[in-house]
Amino acid sequence: MKPFQYTKAVTQQSAIEAIAKPGVKIIAGGTNLVDLMKRGVTAPDKLVDINNLPLKSISLDKAGQLHIGALALNSTVSESPLVLEQQPLLAMALKAGASPQLRNMATVGGNMMQRTRCAYFYDTTMPCNKRQPGSGCGALEGYNRMHAIFGTSNKCIAVHPSDMCVALAALGAEVTVSSRKGSRVIPFTDFHRLPGDHPEKDNTLADGELITGVVISNNKFAKNSYYLKIRDRQSYAFALVSVAAALEINNGTIKEARLAMGGVAHKPWRLYDAEKALAGKPANEESFNQAAQIAMQGAKGYQFNSFKLKLAPAAITEALKHAAGIA
Amino acid sequence: MKVKETAIPGNHNLMPDDRTGKSALSRVDGRLKVTGKAKYSAEYNVKDLVYGVMVGSSVTKGTIKSIDTKKAENAPGVLSVLTYLNAPKIPGYQADNPSPKGPLKIFYNNQVYFNGQPIALVVADTFERALFASTLVTATYDTEAHQTNLLTNLDKGVSTRREDKDFVKGQANAWQSAPVKVDAEYIIPTEVHNPMELHAIIARWDAGDKVSVYTKTQGVKSSQRSIAQAFKLPPDNVQVTAPFVGGAFGSALRTWPHEIAAVLASKVVGKPVKLVLSRADMFTSVGYRPFTWQKVSLGAGADGKLTGITHEATGQSSVYEDFTEGVVNISQLMYACPNINTRYRLVSLNVNTPTPMRGPGEATGAFALESAMDELSYALNIDPIELRMRNYAETDPSNNKPYSSKFLAEAYKIGAEKIGWTERSQKPGTILQNGWHIGYGMAAGMFGAHRSSSTVTAKMQADGTLVLQTAVTDIGPGTGTAMASVATGVMDIPADKIKIVLGDSSLPPSPTQGGSQIAATVGSAVHDACTELKEKFKSMAGNTDPADYIKILKQQGLDHLEVTTTSKSGPEQGKYSMYSWSVHFMRVLVHPATGVVKIDKAISVADAGQILSPKTARSQMIGGTIMGIGMALMEEAVIDHRYGRLVNNNFADYHVPVQADIPQVEAYFVNKADNILNPIGAKGMGEIATIGVAAAVANAVYNATGKRVRELPITPDKLL
Repeated sequence: MKPFQYTKAVTQQSAIEAIAKPGVKIIAGGTNLVDLMKRGVTAPDKLVDINNLPLKSISLDKAGQLHIGALALNSTVSESPLVLEQQPLLAMALKAGASPQLRNMATVGGNMMQRTRCAYFYDTTMPCNKRQPGSGCGALEGYNRMHAIFGTSNKCIAVHPSDMCVALAALGAEVTVSSRKGSRVIPFTDFHRLPGDHPEKDNTLADGELITGVVISNNKFAKNSYYLKIRDRQSYAFALVSVAAALEINNGTIKEARLAMGGVAHKPWRLYDAEKALAGKPANEESFNQAAQIAMQGAKGYQFNSFKLKLAPAAITEALKHAAGIA
Repeated sequence: MKVKETAIPGNHNLMPDDRTGKSALSRVDGRLKVTGKAKYSAEYNVKDLVYGVMVGSSVTKGTIKSIDTKKAENAPGVLSVLTYLNAPKIPGYQADNPSPKGPLKIFYNNQVYFNGQPIALVVADTFERALFASTLVTATYDTEAHQTNLLTNLDKGVSTRREDKDFVKGQANAWQSAPVKVDAEYIIPTEVHNPMELHAIIARWDAGDKVSVYTKTQGVKSSQRSIAQAFKLPPDNVQVTAPFVGGAFGSALRTWPHEIAAVLASKVVGKPVKLVLSRADMFTSVGYRPFTWQKVSLGAGADGKLTGITHEATGQSSVYEDFTEGVVNISQLMYACPNINTRYRLVSLNVNTPTPMRGPGEATGAFALESAMDELSYALNIDPIELRMRNYAETDPSNNKPYSSKFLAEAYKIGAEKIGWTERSQKPGTILQNGWHIGYGMAAGMFGAHRSSSTVTAKMQADGTLVLQTAVTDIGPGTGTAMASVATGVMDIPADKIKIVLGDSSLPPSPTQGGSQIAATVGSAVHDACTELKEKFKSMAGNTDPADYIKILKQQGLDHLEVTTTSKSGPEQGKYSMYSWSVHFMRVLVHPATGVVKIDKAISVADAGQILSPKTARSQMIGGTIMGIGMALMEEAVIDHRYGRLVNNNFADYHVPVQADIPQVEAYFVNKADNILNPIGAKGMGEIATIGVAAAVANAVYNATGKRVRELPITPDKLL
């Protein structure tokens, strides 16, 4: 690990000032960043610890919007009565992620900022366009069992590893960020990006911007939502595929559906066409199967991950059945 | 607070130690382990300690063109950077007469045989500084084309040792003319031992020709011999201490290059050196269960009687050293069959040398043979247990010798009852409950019941404490507890009056802990030493109760009385075939749409002779079953063959079972003494706990789904 400076920010303003300079990285829970530094994947000159900033609250406003501070711990959010009551899908996704020890350290903002778990990204002796632009993609013709089937480019086929973000994408959350220039709101589905020609960029956060929180607007999905994660072991494993499914059902008919997948793309993968197809349909297996087929349009498998072309639609149907209470 | 003991399924609960009639002993060192007082090799506070970190090759085959160590040497706190260019010659490596093949010689020359091979060792005053400096070492290489893929090199398999010559009994390939046939290929990937405790050594030279090490080893005497040989020292000048070992499973059966490097580095810097492997190092430095291809062909009559067994296997080793294991042996021994032939081949690849991993050979072989037997049971439409009973070997099929003991049929009965075998459907894929397929499977295991030589000192002290000493290690199975258990039985004293001293090379010799031989070997020596000691007391007792040891010592004016006894096997070895046996039953749930497999219930039953220590035996059996579940469902070290480099050498990506994967696991013992093998009637059980488990899971998955998975691990993608 390269020697680095470490400071603790005491106010949001001082944190923003600190990160305005190049070579500075924010550290919160550090559950991913420390690994990356140990492996030499990233080597910041300076770390700014933001754990003392007052960004830990979880609250509901008068409009029924749920506000979650960027520094709220994954464990706290997953057990928050407000979250469990208002947005249970988020709690389910969080509990499917990592391990209790990691959830006790990891923050909401940090979870969004975690980097892919692609082996080629972590091994500095291998090519990786995300780590070292222009060096090539080790996974494209390598061991790509865990890799993407949607939105890939010939530069990168890595997936975003988060479970939490899949739920937030499905729920249509918004991200609030602050910088010297002021504050802005980024729709969650625009926060992470596809690799394209610049896989080194995971997201649309501009230089010098600090995530302050996420906001989830009021919805009627609490009764009928489910997070399904298919993985190689029952805990502490990244998703082969995961599905966040949220339904608003009136008298057996779907009024509105939200679907997003994890483990299939460089970002949480919203399934807009499948959502549209579900609206107005009866909440039954046939509708779900149709939606799953629609969801798979444009999917592309690689040498070791073609099974996802079968597993993903099966998981979508299964998640929807659970959400509808007919599993 | 008093914690109420809840009943745990398995007959160990109800089984008081029936040699003593008292309740079973708890692990004698359990309190030390859970309170952190048990010291492991990296935990010794040695004065002036400095730290070593290894640098591995980033290429897979070739020669080192240059190594730049300047930056590392100039980094803060660095004392030395050892490479083949500057490392003092290790005397035992015999530079002038190098054998063509043998253990990797560290820092010997510029040859690179595998990816991750140590090319440098950085020594610094703190671990952090050594680790940082290790990242500053750079090397350039002349690379050559490498081979790391066994499946694309199967044609290069050779027979390497006389022991591995082709075996033929009766007619070869007799299965081909049988009315009912199974002919299938099976693959297991590389599995890595990955004990929780990382391999670690502290080496300190006490004089120019005397060295002490604390190291993770399964054999303090064998480590002593290896280090003495490498540095051309008299064995007594090498002190090896390892009273506690945090799991090993075979990975600490031998002295590895990093241990030699630490001893060498300590000599160079003139200070004690600590070297702890990283988890990534664990994948390339201390062996593994090798990737193995197998083909099993079975022929049977309509009555289910086997008429031919053919078992072929090809394993892998490094280019610098041959490692072979008895993969096909199980097919020579397991079932009564007039015609058996086996063949084992080895391919040399640009990988590090494998090493025995729990159930070496047999765990691999049993996956294939016991899967094939299951396939045959469906082809014949005969219950898998019934099929095994129709081919039950009453004498050893390979040499017609009688067994010293075999209670496998009893084990089948116990296991079938406990899993609820009658609920099983002979037709696969027919039981669906709450959206999950349910399947039942079983498979058997076997492993040689060995006994070798052990010397134990039994010393009764004036205060009535019995001290038992021998140079065995306890890598986790509960060796010390079994020793105490045997001694309480013979001496009729409570276990808290017994002190166990082991894991020290200066103690009387015992074998390396491996191959399921220690309970039978050291347990017998404890038995013999205690019996002799008791006799001594009897002869001195006069009118005193011969068991009043304190009084007799006082009367005799002695502050202690001790005997040292060597105990070993005798002529029975040639007359009998000696094996431990096991059977594993699984009930699994398989999701029809997503291919997710959950073990619902696991039952393991062992014929391991007389159980010496019911509680630790239970723990060992359950641990072995869980290891087998890992083998069946998730363990796989993956190499990107383009680079010859591992892509999942960490605990996030190399999966071992976690709590959530493990259901109710129950262990049962037939618990009948083998009175021929040794005086205490015990047979080993470390290996049979794992052997057969993977097949039992695969067989249950087939029963649940009708899908036969012949390539481990059984991940969801293979069931879609």
